[in-house]
Amino acid sequence: MSGAGGSPATVTAAAMLLAGGSAYALLSGADFGGGIWDLLAGRGERGARLRELIDTSMTPVWEANHVWLVYLLVILWTAFPPAFSAIMTALFVPLSASALGIVLRGIGFAFRHEVRRFRSRQLAGALFAGASLATPFFLGTVVGAIVSGRVPARPRDDLVGAWVNPTSMLTGSLFVLACAYVSAVYLVGDAARRGEAGLVRAFERRAAVAAVATGGLAAATLAWLSRSAPRVFANLTGRALPLVALSVAAGLAVLVAIWRHRYRGVRALAGLAVAAVLWGWGLAQYPELVPGAYTLRAASAPNASLLAVLAILGIAAVTVGPAFAVLYRLQQRDALAAHASAPGNPGGRGDPGGRGRGRAAGGGGAGP
Amino acid sequence: MIFAAAVVPARAQMGSSLGFHIILACFGVAFPAIALSAEWIGVRRGDPVALLLARRWSKVMAVLFAVGAVSGTVLSYEMGLLWPGLMGRFGEALGIPFTMEAVFFFLEAIFTGIYLYGWDRLSPRAHLWSGIPLPITGALGLFSVLAANSWMNSPAGYTMRHGRIASIDPWAVFFNASTPYESAHMLLAAYMVTGFTIAGIYATGMLRGRRDHYHRLGLRVSFLAGATATPLQAIVGDSVARFVEHTQPVKFAAMEYVPNTARDVPEYLGGVLVNGKVDLALNVPGLDSILVGWTPSTKVIGYRSVPPDRRPPLMSLIHLSFDLMVVIAFALLALVCWAGWVWWYERRWPKSNWFLVCVALSGVASIAAMESGWIVTEVGRQPWVVYGVELTSAAVTRARGVGVTLGVILAVYLVITVCSIAVPMMMSRRWRNEPPGDEGASVPYGPPDRQAAPR
Repeated sequence: MSGAGGSPATVTAAAMLLAGGSAYALLSGADFGGGIWDLLAGRGERGARLRELIDTSMTPVWEANHVWLVYLLVILWTAFPPAFSAIMTALFVPLSASALGIVLRGIGFAFRHEVRRFRSRQLAGALFAGASLATPFFLGTVVGAIVSGRVPARPRDDLVGAWVNPTSMLTGSLFVLACAYVSAVYLVGDAARRGEAGLVRAFERRAAVAAVATGGLAAATLAWLSRSAPRVFANLTGRALPLVALSVAAGLAVLVAIWRHRYRGVRALAGLAVAAVLWGWGLAQYPELVPGAYTLRAASAPNASLLAVLAILGIAAVTVGPAFAVLYRLQQRDALAAHASAPGNPGGRGDPGGRGRGRAAGGGGAGP
Repeated sequence: MIFAAAVVPARAQMGSSLGFHIILACFGVAFPAIALSAEWIGVRRGDPVALLLARRWSKVMAVLFAVGAVSGTVLSYEMGLLWPGLMGRFGEALGIPFTMEAVFFFLEAIFTGIYLYGWDRLSPRAHLWSGIPLPITGALGLFSVLAANSWMNSPAGYTMRHGRIASIDPWAVFFNASTPYESAHMLLAAYMVTGFTIAGIYATGMLRGRRDHYHRLGLRVSFLAGATATPLQAIVGDSVARFVEHTQPVKFAAMEYVPNTARDVPEYLGGVLVNGKVDLALNVPGLDSILVGWTPSTKVIGYRSVPPDRRPPLMSLIHLSFDLMVVIAFALLALVCWAGWVWWYERRWPKSNWFLVCVALSGVASIAAMESGWIVTEVGRQPWVVYGVELTSAAVTRARGVGVTLGVILAVYLVITVCSIAVPMMMSRRWRNEPPGDEGASVPYGPPDRQAAPR
């Protein structure tokens, strides 16, 4: 089997894809989840308070988080060009839809900070929130299609065959729920840090519901894979079982932590629950990259390319890594204020400003 | 040519998304340097107006960068969605500069987050320093992307076996023959586009009577950025044209309407190509040969040296785009010389309204020049996607639906273009009507008024 896995550089490049995928899921996934909770926040004063926390938590970091997607695309096409080519052809429709979702989400997010009329603001907000729901769904269908072997090596002219099927629908929905789950857990922590008892409770409820729903859907997806991808299923319940068990354990630990209102390490646990599944998927599929079409070795770029990419990633680890650390550290200490600079605009129409700063500076706003 | 039917919509989609993104990319590369200059002036001289300017600019940056980040991502997608035949065969080569670019994009996005949102809680000095990486990562990111485009014009550093790349020399891929020319040309273009566009906005404000310190400073800082790049661009642009003549003679022949390889080739200014004949052009005998090799006896290769299906399409578009770019470049150079002349002899900025009118137009003009330049580069490279190695028709996707995505892209980008212009205009109107220092809160969206019942 190891022959199909290719050289050490090939396997390392595949691991770098999984690492990037995990980072994207845990960082940008949480930003998508924020959009989903924004969509479900309800109207009026209460909805605005939830949205404000979501917005403050993601504004300074979403762009950096988003770059992980570009990383994934670039590493995939550099390290495994024919597989990239096959995936992009067979899954043209859901990938185009996810690209559109990314555009609409980005501009909705950017514009709604600056437009002032309530109607425009609602429209921009709805774009942001709706696209936050749709984008992970389409990306999830792509993964479902790959897992269940629906991407051929030489894709035919077929718009829906690869991604309109139960597996893809399950993985698409699973991606949406996982984003909502990760995000809710992170937001519990953010609300707690700000001493917002009301928001803590609101997101605790959401995190618990999302945790149970995600876990349930993950189990259902796994069960369905026994039919649609028997080999991957066998490995998920075989050699990748420890990772699956780790995910379940981490997920349960998150529930316990929320139940006991202990938020220390809860982000890491939620992240572990999601990342363990991703790595489990990778391990279960190994040595296949696109099951039925390409093994890692068959899709691999020449070694010189892989080594160049790995060298660049090595440089990235020592430059981008510390920079990310600084960014998140500043953000966690509330040194980056999305809209806290507002001295308030009492007469301004449609601008309920001033709250951000009042709260951040004063520390503990009263919960509802 | 089996899948040639999809080539035209795919190229139209790639061209329009690239043409849209490149403007925002210019701002991503050059705007931070301009804002940092204003901030530095503000910190250094204790000038609150300069600081206000820098702060407001960073608010506009936040919007433009967000749009640029997503439109750039669309391009990454499109590399695979539209051109799987390119990426499947050459992804391992093209990917190397793109991997470098991803690293710089990461750094840029991270420091953007710190710079844009760190105004309040970071010390002025720390904040200024947090912005310093932005112009550097922006320039290096530009260099990497341009290295990828250069590779498509001057493919190098690989060997093929059985239709797939067998080995790679990453250095030769990255530093291919076109890289220094293209990246220098584009870096200067980014500073010209950004500098002149921002200067144009403040010039317009001054023409409307807002001649305060705020507007004068906004104009001067940004104009200087564009003005510094302009004379350098004249030199670089000239050598790029000569380089194209040496390495892609057919592209050059299309740019200059040279049908047959000959000496003493005339230079056509303007004009369209109808049935192989140049119409409505100003003809300067021998000038093209002189521009290429300094003497009229220089031989210039014509496009008839290759069969018709190896010549670029739309030669009139290529030629007129090239002419437009050159004409605008010289007009901008004249504008810069005007300002330099007045400064040299009178130690002041030109006072005349005509100068402001010209500056006001310089932004749109520089964008038009840059877009024209890209039309020359990209349409001129056709029918090749990798020059001399792979035809665009072999690279295009077999998936149906490009017609639909093209329509969606055009519609969505049109709306985003309007919004990307309208939103900063609204911001500026709001700033004019608000007392200085009130930067306006922006809670995402709540009820129109917290006191009023929602709807």
